[in-house]
Amino acid sequence: MKAVLTGRHFMLGDIACAEGAMAAGCNFFGGYPITPATETAERMALRLPQVGGHYIQMEDEIGSLAAVLGASCAGAKAMTATSGPGFSLMQENIGLGIVTETPCVIVNVQRGGPSTGLPTLAGQADMMQAKWGSHGDYEAIAYVPNSCQEMFDFTIKAFNTAEKYRQPVFVMADEIIGHMTERVVIPGPKKIKLVSRKRPKGKKNYLPFKPDKDLIPPMALAGEGHAIHVTGLTHDARGYPVIDEETQHEMVTRLIEKIRRNAPKIWEFEEVMTEDADIVVVSYGAASRSAGRAVNIARKEGIKAGLMRLITAWPFPEKRIKELAESAKAFVVPEINMGQISREVERFASGRVLSVTHAGGGMLSPEAVLQKIKEVAK
Amino acid sequence: MSRKEVRIGGFGGQGIILAGFILGKAVAIYEKKEAVQTQSYGPEARGGSCLADVIISDEDINYPMGTVPDVLVLMSQDAFNENHDKIADDAILIVDEDLVDASAFRKKNKVFKAPATRIAEELGKKIVANIVMLGFLAAVADVVSHDAMKKAILDSVPKGTEDLNLEAFEKGYEHGKNSVAN
Repeated sequence: MKAVLTGRHFMLGDIACAEGAMAAGCNFFGGYPITPATETAERMALRLPQVGGHYIQMEDEIGSLAAVLGASCAGAKAMTATSGPGFSLMQENIGLGIVTETPCVIVNVQRGGPSTGLPTLAGQADMMQAKWGSHGDYEAIAYVPNSCQEMFDFTIKAFNTAEKYRQPVFVMADEIIGHMTERVVIPGPKKIKLVSRKRPKGKKNYLPFKPDKDLIPPMALAGEGHAIHVTGLTHDARGYPVIDEETQHEMVTRLIEKIRRNAPKIWEFEEVMTEDADIVVVSYGAASRSAGRAVNIARKEGIKAGLMRLITAWPFPEKRIKELAESAKAFVVPEINMGQISREVERFASGRVLSVTHAGGGMLSPEAVLQKIKEVAK
Repeated sequence: MSRKEVRIGGFGGQGIILAGFILGKAVAIYEKKEAVQTQSYGPEARGGSCLADVIISDEDINYPMGTVPDVLVLMSQDAFNENHDKIADDAILIVDEDLVDASAFRKKNKVFKAPATRIAEELGKKIVANIVMLGFLAAVADVVSHDAMKKAILDSVPKGTEDLNLEAFEKGYEHGKNSVAN
């Protein structure tokens, strides 16, 4: 069996995510199946052994991410897929992945929360958890797919970004996108651009956490002969724990700056009819499909509405919000939560920001978005 | 064709969601149209009620969820009771006549009665009733061509069952064509 299933498929979102991982060269999955992300795990359990990769079902989500980090330290392209309750359990090891600079991909097919919530029904209420969920200061990277094709495409992007910047990267999907089926076009393997982590040149004088000018240190793999020490404690360039203010300042500042400085290269978004828009709708994931429909109807009714659809929620494309705020009268932010990304828009938009909320359990309706657009247009 | 919605309802184990998948695949892969398929079902593996929605359009489909179906296919009494009145005025209703008593249906819509499960039993395998129904659907509803549906069935059913499934499809199609003629 091939790793890349080149061709045109009618494919479930969760499965397209798994096939994206396969196409990105993923060779390790450590996970604990959970609705609505189970189909991704199932597909990886089927596919990885076909290409010599490994699938391990762990005892829980804490162990799952620990296994993924270990596999990545040994050189694997590693991932896991989960939903809210599992994502909560993974938070501790997300911090470990950040501080040990271990590339991996964590897919969260969001369902309704808090707690066990709505196992089979949609939510988008883990967006701020993706940004702030693990303790301590760090910068998150999160892709937000809104179609089955993007479940495939963005999983590849997530692997590439994780490898490039050496940190865990999230794919923040949702139950609606994960459990819908659409056409997915998978290109030939040569047309898929892949990025691999930077590796040390030679074995002399290598310090595992000494960064290059881009603030990213080359990564030696466990077992290939380098003396390396990896810890969750604050550490120096050797990787040894140093419990003092200076080392903390140096390490945390670098980890944050390696993402902030590159944020304009990482953040991505798509705009539809925003050139002359009085009202800019900012949305992502499943909700953005209702937003798209609402914007189209509003335009037909003569309202100058446009859509800015996020491809990355983190880093948040703040610069573009500031630019749009110069001419837009208002921003409308529909999302299947009680107002999370809308707060982020508020931070950068000088004008009015109106939230369209939904507690979860279903799709936010185009009518709700349209109503808010009309309210603002008056 | 602008947006059309097909809803297929029945109980778990009848292959309702597979039927929705095959219809969506026929349209999205074998015709130059867009399709999105979604589903809803209870926690039971078999026996609970389930629905598959397929949205079909010439244009990109923004809103992916079913709203008011233009074609409603019902293969269980529960699915009928819960769904028969949520239908567009010019929609068509198709029921499996041996599983659904549609006498409560009061609207003026065109109603087709398809003996899908009976035909499947005559073929020796009750489980192909969903494929018989897809044949019937292709014949009576203007949403998908015979050939596209046939191709989608062929690459969606397990190896070794192609002949049985194709026969089920053709029987259903033939029955549907006769129903339209009458």
